[in-house]
Amino acid sequence: MKKTDAEMTWQDFEIGCIVTEPGSAVAYRTGDWRSQAPRYHFEYCIKCGVCAVFCPEGCIRPNKDGHFEADLYHCKGCGICVHECPTGVIYMVEEEE
Amino acid sequence: MKNYNVYAARLTPSAENFSPGHRACVGCGETLAVRLACKAIGNNVIISNATGCMEIVSTPLPSTAWRVPWIHTLFENTAAVASGVDSALKALARKGKIPDRGTKVVAMGGDGATFDIGLQALSGAMERGHDFLYLCWDNEAYMNTGIQRSSATPFGAHTTTSPSGKKSYGQHNQKKNMPAIAVAHNIPYVATASPSYPFDMMAKVKKGMEMPGPAYIQVLSVCPTGWRTQVDQSVIMGRLAVETGVFPLYEVVNGKYRITHEVEKLRPVQDYLKPQGRFRHLTPDAISQIQEKVKEDYAALKEKAA
Amino acid sequence: MGKKIGIEVSMAISEAAKLADVDVVAAYPITPQTHIVEELARMVADGDLDAEYIPVESEHSAMSACLGSSAAGARTFTATAGQGLELMHEVLYVASAMRLPIVMAVANRALSAPLNVWGDQSDMMAVRDTGWIQMICENGQEALDSTLIAFRVAEHPEVLLPVMVHCDGFYLTHVVEPIEMLEKANVTKFLPPFKYPLPLDADKPVTMGAFAPPVIYSETRKAQEVNLRKSKAIITQVWDEFHKVFGRKYRAVEKYKMDGAKTALLTLGSFGETAMTAVDNLQAAGQNVGLLKLRLWRPFPFEELKAAVKGVENLIVVDRCLSTGGPGGPAYSEIRSALYGEPNQPRIFGYIGGLGGRDVMVSEFENIIRQVETKVKTGAAQEFELFGVRG
Repeated sequence: MKKTDAEMTWQDFEIGCIVTEPGSAVAYRTGDWRSQAPRYHFEYCIKCGVCAVFCPEGCIRPNKDGHFEADLYHCKGCGICVHECPTGVIYMVEEEE
Repeated sequence: MKNYNVYAARLTPSAENFSPGHRACVGCGETLAVRLACKAIGNNVIISNATGCMEIVSTPLPSTAWRVPWIHTLFENTAAVASGVDSALKALARKGKIPDRGTKVVAMGGDGATFDIGLQALSGAMERGHDFLYLCWDNEAYMNTGIQRSSATPFGAHTTTSPSGKKSYGQHNQKKNMPAIAVAHNIPYVATASPSYPFDMMAKVKKGMEMPGPAYIQVLSVCPTGWRTQVDQSVIMGRLAVETGVFPLYEVVNGKYRITHEVEKLRPVQDYLKPQGRFRHLTPDAISQIQEKVKEDYAALKEKAA
Repeated sequence: MGKKIGIEVSMAISEAAKLADVDVVAAYPITPQTHIVEELARMVADGDLDAEYIPVESEHSAMSACLGSSAAGARTFTATAGQGLELMHEVLYVASAMRLPIVMAVANRALSAPLNVWGDQSDMMAVRDTGWIQMICENGQEALDSTLIAFRVAEHPEVLLPVMVHCDGFYLTHVVEPIEMLEKANVTKFLPPFKYPLPLDADKPVTMGAFAPPVIYSETRKAQEVNLRKSKAIITQVWDEFHKVFGRKYRAVEKYKMDGAKTALLTLGSFGETAMTAVDNLQAAGQNVGLLKLRLWRPFPFEELKAAVKGVENLIVVDRCLSTGGPGGPAYSEIRSALYGEPNQPRIFGYIGGLGGRDVMVSEFENIIRQVETKVKTGAAQEFELFGVRG
């Protein structure tokens, strides 16, 4: 179990506080920030990948059906993808608690 | 879709060398720019990053959003650190201490770190001809410290240190023409870009990577927090900046200008200013002033590119 | 035995960097360091040294370029003085906290205002807390030796800290002295190739310089502090290794004619050479005075100092820097603090002079000792004073 910053002792650092695990930020659940979440009418999705290009989080990936879908672990609910989707697949709803 | 099998967007590399989990604001245009740039620069790089939004949101100890080698030291020395890395790689490869992998140095900094406090270091690095690509994330103010003005802040914009008030209309000066300063150093490649035009941007980043010597690309980074725009409008705002001629997309290859995204008829500047809270206080007079300047500057650019 | 030649000390410092086969030199000129960087430029231009020479546009950029270079795994060297050292002040803290083994020669120079390019130790004292290992040289041989030793210490896998080598501006940097050169074969024996454990490398990506909020910053500071203190043992070890290979032995606190001495001067840097003559004169006249020379400034050699002053009743610390409005001479105040509460602690007197490159004669040292004897007889307070100032 990785130590959080509040648990680390002075002996736990690499020299110069170098971080050796690339991309370790993925563990942080930015999805908790959301006040709105994306929903999909996948019947209109042409799998163009444009939404994935414009996501600031880089959390949109093809799902098991090949439709591009936001990973809600990281999705902050900005809604940029709604405007960029050429076929109007995506819409935002209020995030339930 | 008879003859086209693939959507261009799908040709974008899927690896995220700037990983999710970073702490950027919702709808941050700058992170989108960084993320796309990372797709164009690939894995064989070393990034030297200035203090600023991107550095803070990506590297809170003990985690990092970076999947390529990355170093941050101070605010004003990105280009100097990059110079050191570049020289080290050259010396080590020449002396046979490391294999010559052709690793490219990429320096990244905000407009504050580039136009103001880091200008000296950037000028020095460009003059010395180091082999590096400098990416300036231009969100037009010191955003990470709470939206203070920089010399990249556009005329009339409200920031906390150039506020609009009873006796002021906001930023009094015109935005510093940083690409022109880069061109004046006679470096091989200078360009402006926007993540709202992702393929144009990634192509330019790739070009900057491939051309030996210094390259400078200024990327307009929409900041909903500082510009007071809706978080879902960041890509749309970037397009408006280009379509109104406020931020034209061009490149300068060995001193030769070329507009890479021609706009037939510029949209009125009002279309770009209206959705932004930082311009809300502008009088019709101020807006026409801005419109005139944009027209002038765009005409001058077209002349250079002729 | 290497060849003994007459050489300007600045050139000897450059020679050490060349012998160490540095990979990158960041260079910004400032009096009185200029000969060091000029000589290095000449060496590179003539092919005597294979290094990338970066003519940076300021000292802040010089040290910043060193950060990048060292982080990429290259053996990195630079030199500066006075204002230049101050201009790179914030970068110095970064170098040590990020554990980058940069070596820097400092031609100690007075700080403006008024502008003064001559030798004193104000610049060195201003950077006490930057976390660098700091060694002080008294003569040209030490300058050559210490610069080479600096690389060995800095790059030691248990140290990995930047090292400053201090030489009084002009008084040391610009004098021509007979110096025994170091043979390349011995240098190779003494200094292994540099291998940074976690360099910037596309095959093994690392993140350097992440930020530390309050919840974690203190722990990073403690880690750095522990490491700097532990380096003293390794510095002593490296001095022993140097002795084995080159025959000269260095210690954190050097003693000169201290046997049975009840009164001792303590100097830093080139003052020691002059003070030695004063001690010789006074001993010839039958007085029991000796001299201590501080070679290691950081990490501060607490144990070695305590051991060196055993039996000394009067310690006279001569500073070449004034801590304005504060506790007097910086070395004086640190030594007072270090010896406070020690059983049979000596009386400690402070004298500050030679500021801004003013020459201090043998007679002035003899004078100081006489004054202290009077103070002791009359029971005067143990304080510091500026000496040699008109008016």
